[in-house]
This record gives sequence, structure tokens and C-alpha cells, in this order.
Amino acid sequence: MVAIASTSGDVLRAEEGSLYPALHRMEEAGWIRAEWIRKDSGRRARVYELTAAGKKQLGVEESRWQSVNLAINRVLREV
Amino acid sequence: MSLWSRISNAVHGERLNREIDEELQSHMEEAIASGRDPKEAHRAFGSALRAGEASRDFRVAGWLESLIADLRFGWRQLGRNKVASAAAVLSLALGIGSCVAAFRLIDALLWRPLPISGSSRLYVLSRKLIGPEGRPIEDGYWATPDLNLMGDAVKDQADLIAISDADRTDIAWSTDDDMEKAHVAYVSGNMFPLFRLEPAVGRLLNPADDRGPGLNPYAVLSWDYWNYRFGRDPHVLGRSLHMGDQTLQIIGVGPRDFTGTEKGTVTDIFLPLSLNRLATQDGVDWHRTFLMLKPSVDPAIALEPLRQHLSAVSRAFELGCSTCLRGMTQTDIDRYLNKTLVFNPAGAGISELQRDYRRLFGVLSLLVALVLLIASVNVANMMTAQAAARAHEMALRISIGAGRRRLVQLILSQSALLALLASVVGAFFAAWSAPFVLSLVNPPDNPARLALPADWRVFLFGFGLIILVVLLLGLLPALRASAVRPVAALKGGEDPPSPRRLMRGAMALQVAFCFLVLFLSSLFLTSFQHLQNRPLGFSTDRLLLLETVAGKGQLPVVWNQTADALRAIPGVNSVAISGWPLLGRIQINSDISINNAPPSPTPAFFLIVSPDWLSTMKIPLVSGRDFRPEDTSPGAAIVNQTFVKTFFPGQDPIGRTFQRGVNQPLNKIVGITPDVSDHDLREPNRAVFYVPFNAIDKSVPGVVNFATFAIHTDAQNPLALANSLRQFIAQSHNGLRVSNVTTQLDLFRDQTIRERLLAMLAAFFAAVALFLAGIGLYAVFNYSVLQRRREIGIRMAIGSTRAGIVRIVTLDSFLLVAIGGCAGVALGFGAARYVESLFYQVKATDADMIALPTCAILLTALVATLPAVHRALRTDPTEILRAE
Repeated sequence: MVAIASTSGDVLRAEEGSLYPALHRMEEAGWIRAEWIRKDSGRRARVYELTAAGKKQLGVEESRWQSVNLAINRVLREV
Repeated sequence: MSLWSRISNAVHGERLNREIDEELQSHMEEAIASGRDPKEAHRAFGSALRAGEASRDFRVAGWLESLIADLRFGWRQLGRNKVASAAAVLSLALGIGSCVAAFRLIDALLWRPLPISGSSRLYVLSRKLIGPEGRPIEDGYWATPDLNLMGDAVKDQADLIAISDADRTDIAWSTDDDMEKAHVAYVSGNMFPLFRLEPAVGRLLNPADDRGPGLNPYAVLSWDYWNYRFGRDPHVLGRSLHMGDQTLQIIGVGPRDFTGTEKGTVTDIFLPLSLNRLATQDGVDWHRTFLMLKPSVDPAIALEPLRQHLSAVSRAFELGCSTCLRGMTQTDIDRYLNKTLVFNPAGAGISELQRDYRRLFGVLSLLVALVLLIASVNVANMMTAQAAARAHEMALRISIGAGRRRLVQLILSQSALLALLASVVGAFFAAWSAPFVLSLVNPPDNPARLALPADWRVFLFGFGLIILVVLLLGLLPALRASAVRPVAALKGGEDPPSPRRLMRGAMALQVAFCFLVLFLSSLFLTSFQHLQNRPLGFSTDRLLLLETVAGKGQLPVVWNQTADALRAIPGVNSVAISGWPLLGRIQINSDISINNAPPSPTPAFFLIVSPDWLSTMKIPLVSGRDFRPEDTSPGAAIVNQTFVKTFFPGQDPIGRTFQRGVNQPLNKIVGITPDVSDHDLREPNRAVFYVPFNAIDKSVPGVVNFATFAIHTDAQNPLALANSLRQFIAQSHNGLRVSNVTTQLDLFRDQTIRERLLAMLAAFFAAVALFLAGIGLYAVFNYSVLQRRREIGIRMAIGSTRAGIVRIVTLDSFLLVAIGGCAGVALGFGAARYVESLFYQVKATDADMIALPTCAILLTALVATLPAVHRALRTDPTEILRAE
């Protein structure tokens, strides 16, 4: 969340809590894989990792975003 | 994967909640541990609760979760009243199990296609004509030369296949072996190839094997016979099989599930058609004829022209057949030739059993369906009462936001739970009862056999039945519950429409169904009783029957010597010989001509008997004398009273003569006996004459191929002697062999097997129906008294008499019983017309047929009301009014 906020120059801001439903949804779709690990502090934490299907999906989503973005830019320029 | 994990998460809901909480918690703690301000971290995180809920929704199949919750709740509801729930499950199980068992039987016998290729293109040919007794009959048997002509005529569009019935035949596997029985069917050589059947071992018959008598003495075993007789021994190929004077060689074993085309009988051995001597005879109709359309032919267009073509060919054959019409009068010839050829679909096989038991199984399915309905009404009433008691709960659920749909689901899931439990128990019941009923269908020595697989057809039917039951049980209570108006219900008011009205409607329905079951059952029971008690005219007591054969025939004197030898054995009281037993399968008729006049239109039936046969059978003589050893046939005859009435009305027939056809030798009547039931208990007695066992043909004694020794034993159980007598005959080495052992009592019982089965099942289901209806009535009466306690208390307080209380408690209920009963009578008359053919000397309109079920239901209703009336009378007005 911090990374998103700083990379986007604070343009994209979201509640940190909303991250988890998104993660869980992606996990259900099989795009990411989750695993419980034990931290040094003794507490369990869940780490996520992109799956092969997830990488593919990322490519699909990215190209879709690109094309939508391109289309919107074109429309804006035309007008 | 995803669906599965969602389903699994729904089942393990608690664990999922814990995991999500832990994950969010760990995020927060990490944030704090990394030095962020706890307040700021919480604010940045947003609502943990909302995030958790959102996550849950993605990871859980919501519908399933609510369903599981409803099922758990339903289970607890059932557990609250264990006795009522167990009774509900058991009665439903009986209903569902019986229905599935009936379906299995009907499906296996009538509907299931034969395991062959092209069963939908298979038809069986038969002829409709007016029988000798003036009744329309359908004749399904054909002569082989006729078949060959017809087959040639239509060979471009269809193939004709000949298959004989699988008769129980004496066979031996080596010449020394004892004879044994097997079901042998003759089939045309094209049957196996056209049905596209593959051998399990060796090869099957083909058209080349079916060219002429004695050319190819090959036999094919059915898989079933190979399995139980030879333990699937592959060395059976090449073995010799002896049948009569023929020796046959086994060339192969048929495919696993093919048991022939005759449903109810498993064919053991298939032989080429041409091996049977009847195959060359023009005038003998002995096998069925099937028609298999070629795949390219459209049945809708081709069948009718084919039928007409075949009809013309067959008629031409019969006109040209010199032996077919010999000795017939012109009217008989006209009647015989005036027939219609018909095609019937035969994809599910064809058999006598199908014809005889179609109606019976129809009745059976009606009875089981009614029992299931009665049980369902009971359980539905129970659930309605429970739902009414839960009106508060339902109102509360709606008030806090439950949807109506969710309430319907709640109640339906409870009824689904009941139905599922019941169907599990019912499945066991069906698995046991279908083969059990089937085992009662035929005589024990020749049981009906049907494949009763529990496959997708049965499963689908069971599944449909469960859905139906769930809807029957749950739909009304569910809709009622969901229609609850929270305000009224929570205020404590009565919620219209009253559940009592619904329950009473159901009760009237239940009484109607119950009456129908009782009505039909009493008709069937009475039929059976009448049949069972019909006077036979002879004694079946302690009579052993040894059906005996002599391979190449034996002179009567040898048979008589054997009878004499049997008489000397201890335990044997008397011995006599007849051509075949009374009430057995054989019956032969003969023309009767008096003074060389043309034969009368009604034939008479005859039986060959030795002297003393009448006394062994305890048949008295009305006048005249019994046969003497020197009497011969033709020569002497004894006739029954119907014979006298038919052929010598108003005369003394002793000393008069008749002939068995024009220009035949004379038979002189020496004695007269009363009528006896000789062939079918259901039919009236007919003209019968007896001729002496000593047959002579142009003054030369003829040989006898088969006859039956009737042995009256000292012991109560005549079968006790059977084995020793059988061995005794075999050891006499005079060519006689016992082919079948039975008793006269068994032959009598075999006659009533269908009626006995029907009466037994009907009595069982009548008892169940009455019992269930009794429970149902009790429940409704009881509920109604509980509901009206306040009213009853007030009535008592203001001085109503006990009789008055009893009246208000019972009057309207008995009115409903009466309405239900009337509906039942109407239903009963309708149903009785459909099954009339199964009745014997009983009519639906007989007064006691209506009185019996009415009394039974009234008595049950009376017993069922007693506890409720008792409860009503014990109502203490002060207590009721104080509670108000």
C-alpha cells in the first residue's frame, strides 16, 4: 500500500484493509498462491506468490489496460 | 478447484473465519512493529470487519453455507421429536422402497430394452382372430415354412427372425448322466448376427448353421447357464449334449447380458431352428416371428406396406397349406382365415409373463403409489403442525430480515432431510423386496428370472421420487410458513388460513386413498379365496406325480408292469397312470362326431387313464363302471357330465358310441363321472372324456412316449418318497425315466400363483395403509383438540354436556372421513374396471366389497379418535380459564 501510494505519487490511495479481499479474490481465481510462514517474532504471516496462471492473467490485464488506456487517450485527443 | 475450495470453506466456516482474522491481525501487528503509530495504522487499514466479510464472500459458496445451516437446523428439529421423526422416516422408507421395487420389476419386465443392437427397430408379428370359443384372441406363433416365405418376400426392407419359447427340456451332458432340465430355445441362424451379439467364448450360430435337420447339430450356451452350470469353464466347447435322440455339440457361449428375448425366462441353450422337427411342418405354429427393419428404412413409412405384404403372403401360404385346414368345417376355416396381421414393438422382449403380469404389476404400482401418498400426507401433516407451532419463529426470522425464499428453503431442506433418510432405508427395502416378489411369480421349480440391475434408470427414478416426496412434504408447509404475517403472529393472534383446514383436507384425501387400497385389496383377497375354495371334484391329498418319459417309446404293458412294481413298494397306497396330470400344462382337444355326423363346433378334451386312476384321484362314478385292464382305446370311454349334456342331452349315454372325427373308430361309453377342474380353475368346466391307457393302432399296440404315474402315498408328505421311487424307475432299465416330480397339490397351487401373490401383496399394503391412515387420523384429531382447548374449556364452563363435547370434537372430522370415503368409492369403481380381468367370481359392486373397507376405516377412525376424545373430556375448564 505504501509502495502503491509512493509510486503513484500519492495519486492512488486506498485503505490498507481493502488489499485483503482483493488478494483473497485473486487466490480463489488461482492467480496467486498463499502460504503461511512463521516470522522471527513467532507470529504466523501469510505470504503471496504469483502463479503461472497469475502471470498470464497479469499479461492479459495489462494489455487490456493498455488498449483501454490508448483508446481513451485517442478519444480525448480527437475531442 | 476454486468451486471445490469454496464448498470446502463453506463446510469449515469457523476455520476460515479464524484464518482471515489472524491474517488481518498479523498485518496490523507488523505495521505497529515497523514503528507506525497504532492509531494511524488502524485508520489507514479501514474497517477490519468489512474487509473480513468481503474476503469471506469471495471464498465461501454462500448458497451452500446457508443450506448447511438449514440442514443442521432441520436435523435438530427432527431430533427434537425422535419418535415422530423415526416413524416418519420409516413410513416414507416403506413407501419409497416399495415404489422403487415396483419400478424395478415393471421396468425389467416391460420397458427395459433388450441388450441387443437395433432394439428400437425390432417388432414381433402376431395375428388377431376370433378363437374357437368365439372370443377374440391374438396368436403369436408361426409355422416355419410360412416364416421362410414371408422372409423372402420382404428381404429388401427387413429381416425376419424366428425364436421359439425357451421350453424346459430334458437334457443330459453324457449318456450315463442323470437327466436335467434346461431352457432350450430354437432360433433362426440370422438372430445372433442381426442382434450384433459377440460370443464370450467360441462362436455363435450363423445362417449357415441353420440349413436343415441334422446337418449342423450345434448348440450355443447362454453366458448365464455357462456361468452357473460350468463355472465358466472354457473347455465346455466341443462337449456333447444329449437331448431326446439327438446329440449336439457346443460351439460357443453367448454374450454376458443376453438371456434371450423372452423376458422372465433365461434361455440356457440356443439351437438352430432347423434342428427341430417341427420346422419342416406346414401346419404347426410353434415359434415367434420377429421383424428387424433395416437401419435405412423409415418405420413410419415402411411398416404399413410391409404389414400388408406379409399378411398377403401368409394368407396365400395358409390357403395353399394342405395340412392346415384338414378336418375343419367351413365356418371354422372362414374364421381361421379371417385374421389381421399386426406388428408390436418388441424392443423390450416378448413373453407370456409380460402378458400375464402387466395388469398385476399395474395394480401393484397403484397400491405402492397410494401407500407412499398416504405416508407423505402423514408426514406433511406432521410438518404443517410443526410449522404452525413455529409461526412465532418464522415471524421473528422475517422481522430480522430473512427473505421468504430463505424460509421456503429452511422448510424444504427439512423435508429433503426426511426424504433422504427415508430413501436410504427405502433403498435397502427395494433391494430386498424386488427379487423377493419376483421369486413368488412362478412355480418354485421354474422360477421367473429377470435381470434387476440397479443402474441409472433405477437411480433416476429414485431421484425423481425423492424430489416429488420433498415437494409433497414441504411445499405447502413452506409456502404457508413463508406467508406468515409477522405483526399478527408476534402479537399472538391466530394466523389465517388455519393449518387445521389444510390438515383436514389432507386427511380426507388420505381416507380416500386408504379406502381405495382397502377396496382393491378386499376384491383381490376375495377372488383368491373363491379360487382357492373352488370345488375341484378330485382330491389333491397325498398325491405324488411322476412325469415319466420313454426316449423311443415303450409298450403300455411295460408301463403297466412298472406301475405294478411301484405298487409293491412300502409306503405306496395306490398307483395309476394318466397321459398327463390334471391341472398341468398339457391339454389336448379332439373333435367329437356322433354316428359319423360332422363334428360339433365345440371340441371335447380328453385324458388317457389306466384302470383305478379314477379311484386314485377320488373321482366317483355317477353311473357305469371304471376301465378294466382289457379295455383299449379306441374302444371304451368314460365321459363327464358336461360331455353328456353337450353331446347326449336328455339321454342315457351308457352303451352309446362316439367317434373322434368322421370315419374314425367307435368309442363306447362305459361310465359317467362328475365334472372336475381339469385345466384352469378360472374357467368353467368343459366336456371331457377319458380313454384307456392301452392304445391300439389297427389292432397293434402303440408305444407310449410319456405318461404320468399318480401315486397315492401313506405318508402325509408325498415328496418324501419321490427320490426312492425315481431311482427305482431308473434301475428298472426298461427305458423309462422320471423327467419331473411334482405333487397334485403343487399343481393346484401353481394355478393360483398370480392370485396368491396379488392377494398377499394387497393384504400387506392394505394393512400398511390402514395403519398409516390410523396414525394420520389420530394426529389430526389430537392436534385439533389441542388447538381447541380454550374453546372446549369455555364450553364446559358454561355447561356443555360431555356428549356435546364429544360431538363437537368428532363431528366435523367424521364428516371428512365420510367425504374421503365417498371419494374413495368413486376412485375404487374407476380402478376396479381397469383390473376386472384379475377378479374371479367377485364384482366391484358387491355390497360386502364396499362394506368391508368402510367398516375397517370407520373402526380405525374410531380407535384413532379415542385418545383425542379422552383428552377433550379431561380438559379442566378452571385450568384453561386461569391460564387465560
